[in-house]
Amino acid sequence: MYPYLDELEAKSIYIMREAYNRVEPLAMLWSIGKDSNVMLWLIRKAFYGRVPFPLVQLDTEMELPEVYEFRDNLVKEWNLPLKVELCPPEEEMDQTLPPATRAAMRKTEGLKNLLRNEKYRGIIAGIRRDEQSMRAKERVFSPRTLDGTWDFKDQPAEFWDQYKTEFPDGCHVRIHPLLHWTEIDIWRYTKRENIPTVPLYFAKDGMRYRSLGEKNITFPIKSDAATIDDIIHELETTKTAERAGRAMDHEAEDSFEKLREKGYM
Amino acid sequence: MTNDSPLKYQQLRVVIVGHVDHGKSTLIGRLLYDTDSLPEGKFEELQKISKKRGAEAIEWSFVLDAMQAERDQAVTIDTTQIWFSTEARDYVIIDAPGHREFLKNMISGAAAADAAVLVVDATEGVREQTRRHAYLLHLLGLRQVAVVINKMDMVEYDAERFTQVSREVESYLSSIGLHASHIVPISARHGDMIAQRSEHMDWYKGKALTAVLDSFEVAMPPVAQPLRFPIQDVYHQDKKRYIVGRVETGILRKGDKLMFSPTGEEATVTSLAVWPHDENKVEARAGESIGITLDDKIFVERGHVGSHVKNPPMLSNVFRANIFWLADRPMKVGNSYKVRYGTQESTVSVQSIERVIDTQDLAQSGEAGEVKRNAVAEITLRARELLPLDPYIDNSRMGRLVLYDGHDVAGGGTISMEGYADQRRAEKPVAQNIYQVESLTSYEARARQNRHYGAVFWFTGLSGAGKSTLAIAVERALFERGYHTYVLDGDNVRHGLNSDLGFSPEDRAENIRRIGEVAALMADAGNICVTAFISPYREDRDRARKASPARFHEIYVKADLATCEGRDPKGLYKKARGGQIKEFTGIDSPYEPPENPEMVVDTQNNDVETCVQQVIDYIEAQIVVKEDSKAVAG
Repeated sequence: MYPYLDELEAKSIYIMREAYNRVEPLAMLWSIGKDSNVMLWLIRKAFYGRVPFPLVQLDTEMELPEVYEFRDNLVKEWNLPLKVELCPPEEEMDQTLPPATRAAMRKTEGLKNLLRNEKYRGIIAGIRRDEQSMRAKERVFSPRTLDGTWDFKDQPAEFWDQYKTEFPDGCHVRIHPLLHWTEIDIWRYTKRENIPTVPLYFAKDGMRYRSLGEKNITFPIKSDAATIDDIIHELETTKTAERAGRAMDHEAEDSFEKLREKGYM
Repeated sequence: MTNDSPLKYQQLRVVIVGHVDHGKSTLIGRLLYDTDSLPEGKFEELQKISKKRGAEAIEWSFVLDAMQAERDQAVTIDTTQIWFSTEARDYVIIDAPGHREFLKNMISGAAAADAAVLVVDATEGVREQTRRHAYLLHLLGLRQVAVVINKMDMVEYDAERFTQVSREVESYLSSIGLHASHIVPISARHGDMIAQRSEHMDWYKGKALTAVLDSFEVAMPPVAQPLRFPIQDVYHQDKKRYIVGRVETGILRKGDKLMFSPTGEEATVTSLAVWPHDENKVEARAGESIGITLDDKIFVERGHVGSHVKNPPMLSNVFRANIFWLADRPMKVGNSYKVRYGTQESTVSVQSIERVIDTQDLAQSGEAGEVKRNAVAEITLRARELLPLDPYIDNSRMGRLVLYDGHDVAGGGTISMEGYADQRRAEKPVAQNIYQVESLTSYEARARQNRHYGAVFWFTGLSGAGKSTLAIAVERALFERGYHTYVLDGDNVRHGLNSDLGFSPEDRAENIRRIGEVAALMADAGNICVTAFISPYREDRDRARKASPARFHEIYVKADLATCEGRDPKGLYKKARGGQIKEFTGIDSPYEPPENPEMVVDTQNNDVETCVQQVIDYIEAQIVVKEDSKAVAG
């Protein structure tokens, strides 16, 4: 069933192997959500069961308890090279930003600290083009300028799986192996491959999380989808945007753009 | 479509291109709205934003123009992708900027598409970027193209105007070899002929745009082509060596004997490696990312291309490319760039720029010294080593390349091998057990008896440059002075030794190879062998040199094409221009002048007597045996 998933998978594996060959040192961001769990699975496919670089969680200590529990179990079971990077507190963020955007900035700052300390040249991140219109403009290999920002008005040319893999010192590149996937693809693939998933995605008392973030800035939606099949069915019919439950996207017309420009995932 | 169809949920990727302000983003916004694909709340958001910005009607383009800068300037800056569905299937719409400044973003979008919609404004007709985008679609290999004539509402839905603009578009498209399957009159702003037919245009009998899109096909993986498995990486794990990569074309099976280019090493596939382990995995088809293990520890690395032994890629260090150039710094002859295709990476220099094409009037400027930003050109590239190459015409996945200038992608295009030979031939002797006979009568002994050394004087130059004239005069003069001499030229070789060879690039290479070997034998026998062959490729002449490296003298008989064509002693240029002779050097086949010839004779600016004398003086200086010297002459 769903042979088109093979094509999505093959393309992602190709991108991951390119990243591993061309960019060093490399790390993968793991938010423990549905997308990055698929990505983790694909990494293991690409490297024959291994994760050959650190798996970094940018931790605000504001995740839901189920997320931490899930993380600890999987790290043990799969023997994952997890590195937890604590994000700086909200008080240190730009206080002129709207509150939810400010909260989201903590991850950006955490990532900056990580890059400064570990000198990573490549960061694998599980964003998708269909999530949000700014992400829809992303490149697969997306360089960040010296000050860490995304120069989205002047992105490199990118065609035929030929990616920009060289840049001056001090820059890094975001690698996006899931850019071409959609939300429903993620669930169809999760089901087919039987990939472990945080239980918060499944409906309880008529509510479920469709997009999972920190507890102060994401909210569950009304839903009776209690299994993956239910979720797939729900997505086939819904017209609600995936990130409707993400407060920071909606505070201002361009709040997400500002976040992304400053280095948000 | 049934549940088991391999196309289930396959998405068709459609790029929307066209001149700035002809309505691409508006069309996409409307397409989403009319197919009921906008997410909840998006319509209200659009109303709000449009109102805030003082727009009278809804600005559909705001669906896509995500950046603040794009909304402020009402210009699409970068390519974006958005999903929508018709009843037939799912689509990814790729919006490509129309502004000249953002051509690299337009190409980034278009290169990922299965099909294209070219948007033309009914009031403006074909404009600069209409032509350029159409040309690039053609260069990128997109063959499923629909044209929409937009803003029909602004011309009162006039059938005449539609016909007029359609003709203008068709005329340009056919001049570049592109065919639009449909031309649809639309009004993106009002939704005419987008998802439904429109009562405003009853005169139009064709399909609405979504029905046109539904008639396009998703590209299938190229399984029927010869196998190409470019190596991406080699992993050592669990005491195994996994050679990983993606099957670009063809099918790779367990048990297949593979050849790896350019080394020519061969080994048999012992397993196909996937994770989790699958014993039944015995076949990988085009598009699959896999790993293989081999029965032999041959040397392989990233960039090498696995193929079946019978059908490998060509090998060459020189090839042509049709390219678009995106960098601020112009491409210039002699400049070096990094080329990448598949997983291959190599440094190449620009040997020549044959043509720069003006995409506006399709005028060609020949022998241009440079290619400027956003221009299209035909060029010849030279690498330092032999590269495995598939021309685009044979293999669209392997035959496209990207050029880097420093850290940045500066251009891209397609590979052509027209006029260049596969150099895989004659790399090593076919027969085994050959031992060279050690002659008791040595080269030195013959030289002492002859009072001159044997040598090869290899004349190269265009047809009509004067090679044969010079060779015959030189032979006569040398003979009269008592030297042992002989001329090899086309007539005495093609009638006998090489009567089995034609004029294809491969045969021409083989012709020169044999002449090189014969000339070397003659020189070894003590003769002064003069050859007169165009021998257009450096690689071939270098191989001839290798047959007698110490005794080989390359003499460039120099005259430019115009001079040679003016002389045309055998009337060949006339025939070539008339199309009666194909692959004629200088006309439709390249000539590569020597880089470091031992001697240059300029027959364009000197008369025959002067040239003959110059050559004789040179030859005599090379072959003379100094009586009191035992040194081996070169």
